[in-house]
Parts: sequence; C-alpha cells; structure tokens
Amino acid sequence: MLHKTQKLKETPSQTAGPYVAIGMAPNVARFADIKGVFPEDLGTHVIGPDTPGERITVVIRLIDGDGVPASDAMIETWQADASGKYVAFGETRADGFTGFGRRAMTDERNEFVIETVKPGRVPGPDGRPMAPHLLLWIVARGINIGLQSRLYFEDEPHANAEDFVLNKILNPARRPTLIARKDGGSPTRYVLDIHLQGPHETVFFDV
Amino acid sequence: MSDVILPGGEGRLFQRDRDWHPPGFTPQYKSTFFRSPKHPLLAIGQTASELSGPTFGHSLIGPLDNDLIRNYAQDGGEAMGQRMFVYGQVLDENARPVPKTLVEFWQANAAGRYRHKREGYTAPLDPNFGGCGRCLTDENGFYSFRTIKPGAYPWPNNGNDWRPAHIHFSIFGHSFAQRLISQMYFEGDPMIWQCPIVGTIPDKSAIDQLIARLDRENTTPMDALAYRFDIVLRGRRSTMFENKMEGN
Repeated sequence: MLHKTQKLKETPSQTAGPYVAIGMAPNVARFADIKGVFPEDLGTHVIGPDTPGERITVVIRLIDGDGVPASDAMIETWQADASGKYVAFGETRADGFTGFGRRAMTDERNEFVIETVKPGRVPGPDGRPMAPHLLLWIVARGINIGLQSRLYFEDEPHANAEDFVLNKILNPARRPTLIARKDGGSPTRYVLDIHLQGPHETVFFDV
Repeated sequence: MSDVILPGGEGRLFQRDRDWHPPGFTPQYKSTFFRSPKHPLLAIGQTASELSGPTFGHSLIGPLDNDLIRNYAQDGGEAMGQRMFVYGQVLDENARPVPKTLVEFWQANAAGRYRHKREGYTAPLDPNFGGCGRCLTDENGFYSFRTIKPGAYPWPNNGNDWRPAHIHFSIFGHSFAQRLISQMYFEGDPMIWQCPIVGTIPDKSAIDQLIARLDRENTTPMDALAYRFDIVLRGRRSTMFENKMEGN
C-alpha cells in the first residue's frame, strides 16, 4: 500500500486494581502472603552489598485528594547508579545494582520505603547534566493509567536549579512537589509526599 | 550507518494517544474521584532516564512461574477450574516484536476470589491456587502461560457491580516510558459491556483490543482451552524505516 503510515494502537491501560500486590509483591505477608511462587518479590533490592555509592533510604508517602494515604498503590522507581549510568538493556551488574525498585502497598506506617544509592547526574537533552533523580511510576485502584513523576533531592540546590525537567515546570511554586526533603538518619532518609490532588498536587508527566 | 536523515527526535517514543487510554477521572468508577490529578500532565518528552528501563534475565524465571495451575499447588495438587493457555505476542506500535521483556499476570481463582487479605467476597479460596505468574517474551515477542479461567467477582462501587472475568497484565517493554498495566477479558463475555472499569475506556475499538480471542485450533485435546491476547507497547521513531538500526 502506498503512503502507508498505519501503526498499531497501544494496548489501552486499565487500573491495577486493589489487589495489585498479588501480582506485583505476592510475598508480602500483610496483603497477599502468597509464598513459594517467587523466591523474592521483584524490585525488592535496587542495590547489592558491593554497589558503590552513598547509601540512602527513599521514603514516599502517597496521599489522595481527600487527605487519605493511598496505601494500596504500587510505586516503581528507576534510577542511574552513583556515577550517573543506567543499567543497559540486557546488562547484569556484578555489584548487584539493578536501578529498579518496586513496592506494592505501603508498610504499616503508610510509607513506601526503598533502600538504594543516591544516583549520579545523567546527561539531559539540553546538553547539561540533569540533577540526580529517580523516575517514579505509580499505579493503584482508582488510577486508570500509571502516573509518571520524578523524585529529586533537597540537598542538590544547584543541580536542581539547572535541571532540564524541573525548569519545564512553569510555575516555580510546583517544583518543590518533586523534591524530597532530607530527614537525617543513617543512611540518610529522603522523604517525599506525593499528592494526587489538592493544593500541593504533585507534578505528573506525559513522557 | 544509514545515510537516511531521520526527522527530529530519533529514538524517541511515539506520543501516547491519551484519548485511546482511559482519562484519569471517570465518575462511574468512584475510586478515581480522589485519585485523579486535576492539573494537566506536563509533557517533557523523554530523556535518557525515560528511554532506559529495567532489564530481566532468564535467571529470574522459575520453571513453574508461567503455570498458575501448579505454581502454588500443594503436594502435587492442581488448581480447580477451566484449564486454559493464554498466549500472545508483545509488539510495539510499529508491529515489531518486543523480545525478552517481562510479562507478569495475576488473577482471581475459578470462583472469582482473590488470594488477598482485604478481599470481601464470600466465594472460597482454592488451596492450590495463588493467582500470580510471570514469563519473558521469546525472540519473537511471544509469551504464554497456563492457568484456569478466573470467575467474575462482585465489588461495591455502585452497590452491586460485577467485574467480568479478567486477568491483570503488567508489561515492561525496553523503556520505562513504555511501562503498562492493563487487563485482559474473554471473547463473548456479556459482562464486559456492563463493567464500570472497562467503561473508563471511551473507544469501543480500544476495549476490543483488551478482549482475548478463543483460539479453537490451538486448544490442547482433553486438557486446556487456548486464548490469544496480543499486547502493543509504545513504538520508537528509530524504527520508522525498514532495515534501520535496531530501535527497541
């Protein structure tokens, strides 16, 4: 056929539903408690014992438009290593770094907690390095299509100020919705509140 | 190297057709009321972060991961229900196979009951059915697994709503921006068309893309039905010309 530009349509999204833990984290005793199918839930470990870099704990709270924690969500994270390099497709790192984290449903404190290393800076499309960040992907009951966002770090003010993506947010008052605050601890805790709606609604992306 | 000069944005994913997907706020599905962002999504294209993505190898996959009839069964037992294979091809929007990508699935048992502590449906659990599995696509993008047909199940929403029989799917692709979760339904099920969650998708032909087809020819004699369910992920511009460098 001449002038053929016909493409397939992407499979439409559907909500992950209230029982997302069955598929995404079946071993967690509080929810599915499906033991023996997978030895470990996918994305449990982002790093290995020998992974270089500064150890950090990322704590995410997800809050709906009624102020209620969305404890039945799943959040995935994707990040570069401490030197700013992503795991390439098909690559396995000897140091155990995967760059990929997943938590399906929160812990008892309504928090999604991921132990990882602080990512390095990755080249941005404008030729400058982006500020250190994690990509976030959020699905849940009541979310019809996964939400894309990012987590940046409070203690990177200079990098954040020149970050390609943060600067795309025209209203500077909304940029802090992506910046996790430093909360002490050892390893250092970085805490991000993600608001699905309301005056502090987090910036979500169409990527 | 090719001498063909591509339009700008080589390697980028095609823009997502948000009208084909369900919108965030769909009042007939009440849970969306407080969980749908009100600001428009900010279009940022894709950077190196979005174009890369997690990778999973065969060492992840156990021998029974794609057999839900046996992967939770106790003492050599098997899950109860209508036995079937579900299989299909994962493609991108350019109709190119997506090889070596992780496909995960989860579902209710034959009675429509989920193995989950917050489940409130009276139907019984099956001691031999967990309800989750996974596999990697092969070099041609094909996946398959064996399971039982899930039952329909009730949920509160409007008081007495029922979900059609369905299987949840999670697919990674090769870029984090291709990440997708959806649900598969069964050809001929009249309950598809009364479901508020199915109905979040505005276009009937988009819904049709979620309906697996009974594959009569590939049924296993005296054993299992076969359903075919192909999955399409976002495509990349680097594959717009034939014989181009590997895109995905």
